[in-house]
Amino acid sequence: MAIEDRNRIAKRAAAEIEDGMVVNLGIGIPSLVLNHLQNKNNIMFHSENGIIGMGPSPKKGEEDENLCNAAGYPVTIRKGASYFDSTIAFAIARREKLDVTILGALEVSETGDIANWIVPGNRVPGMGGAMELAKKAKKVIVVMSHFDKYGNSKIVPSCSLPLTASSCVDLIITNVGVFHVTKNGLILTDIFLPYTVNEAKKQTTAKFSVSPTLAIIE
Amino acid sequence: MENPFGKITTYKELAKYFHHNMSLMYGGFGGIGTPPSVIEFILELGIKDLYLIGNDTGFPNIGIGKLISHERAKKITVSHIGSNPIAGKLMNEGKLEIEFSPQGTLVERIRAGGVGLGGIVTDIGIENEQTKQGKQMVTINGKKYLVEQSLTAEVSIVYAKQSDPYGNLTYDKSARNTNPLVAMAGDITIAEVDEIVPLGSIHPEDVITPGVFIDYIVPTQGVNWKWVWQ
Repeated sequence: MAIEDRNRIAKRAAAEIEDGMVVNLGIGIPSLVLNHLQNKNNIMFHSENGIIGMGPSPKKGEEDENLCNAAGYPVTIRKGASYFDSTIAFAIARREKLDVTILGALEVSETGDIANWIVPGNRVPGMGGAMELAKKAKKVIVVMSHFDKYGNSKIVPSCSLPLTASSCVDLIITNVGVFHVTKNGLILTDIFLPYTVNEAKKQTTAKFSVSPTLAIIE
Repeated sequence: MENPFGKITTYKELAKYFHHNMSLMYGGFGGIGTPPSVIEFILELGIKDLYLIGNDTGFPNIGIGKLISHERAKKITVSHIGSNPIAGKLMNEGKLEIEFSPQGTLVERIRAGGVGLGGIVTDIGIENEQTKQGKQMVTINGKKYLVEQSLTAEVSIVYAKQSDPYGNLTYDKSARNTNPLVAMAGDITIAEVDEIVPLGSIHPEDVITPGVFIDYIVPTQGVNWKWVWQ
């Protein structure tokens, strides 16, 4: 995906975050969300390697090899931060202290199931902390390309890959649009130009309805 | 430095605790907080067929990744191997058996081992064929849980910032990660530390791992790999 598409997705995801929330960002597009928070200065970022209160990347030359995010890249901390061991990092998830988690996915189903840890016989990265984060965060936002590398829809009627967690995703943001997962199925609430609703329908194997207040985003 | 408990030692003295086919638990997350010099020492000793237990497989030349890249492990219990393609390759070739455990579950299994419990119960992984396979289910207050066994190892290796001669440890920022848990779960626990300070100079309120869990202390020779961001 082009960087403009990735940034547009990240910016839309950032709009879901309110000041003062506890937020966990995954690797890849989720990490771009940091660049779109504008004046929200009191968000407490959680990192599953044992930090709450993570700040932006340090300047070149000011990196601390023992202060990194879950991907292994240097970060800083903000006032009010704390360090803790890995059990506490996941206590925060399991005790439902995370307001929002934003993560990537291989597939998301129309009932909010997410698959993002294994492609049997092919890519097997392991689940890391994704099962806890996806199952226990109060709000789960998936940001991803709408299509896999063969051009197939990644929003599907039901996942064919082994699940990370079931019925947990609240919002799916792709380069095509924004889909809310509700009891009555998926609802398209935003469409990213140049995509149209008709094209979104053609390109998505999962069924969805269209919000009467659909936002059209440049 | 005074050594009243005999815990401060040399790498050479540690050699007797390592052997083929042993279980080895290691601290660290993506190599951060993994003890570099002990790993190098195990490599030099030529130890193989290790059963490793830790958060992840590091990167090919970082942290525990070095032992994996040199094909010194036969099995590993881990939550993530995505940052080390060699681990995936060895798994696909049938040379490395991998037991995946969700990260929060894995660290609680290690903690359970370290605090003398037989296991934990959790609802994480209950809806995944791969994670619930072969595991007992229990119902507590009407809710279903998986039983996950605790983990211990013959030797645990951790990295800490400071140690006093008793082995009271402090850690360094996000290099703490799994280290305090791994430290408790080894039959023998070795701490590789940045600095050994006199007894009494770490305030008791500041001790993260009480020295009672630490058997040996060695000074680090420093990180001998390049980080991914460098």
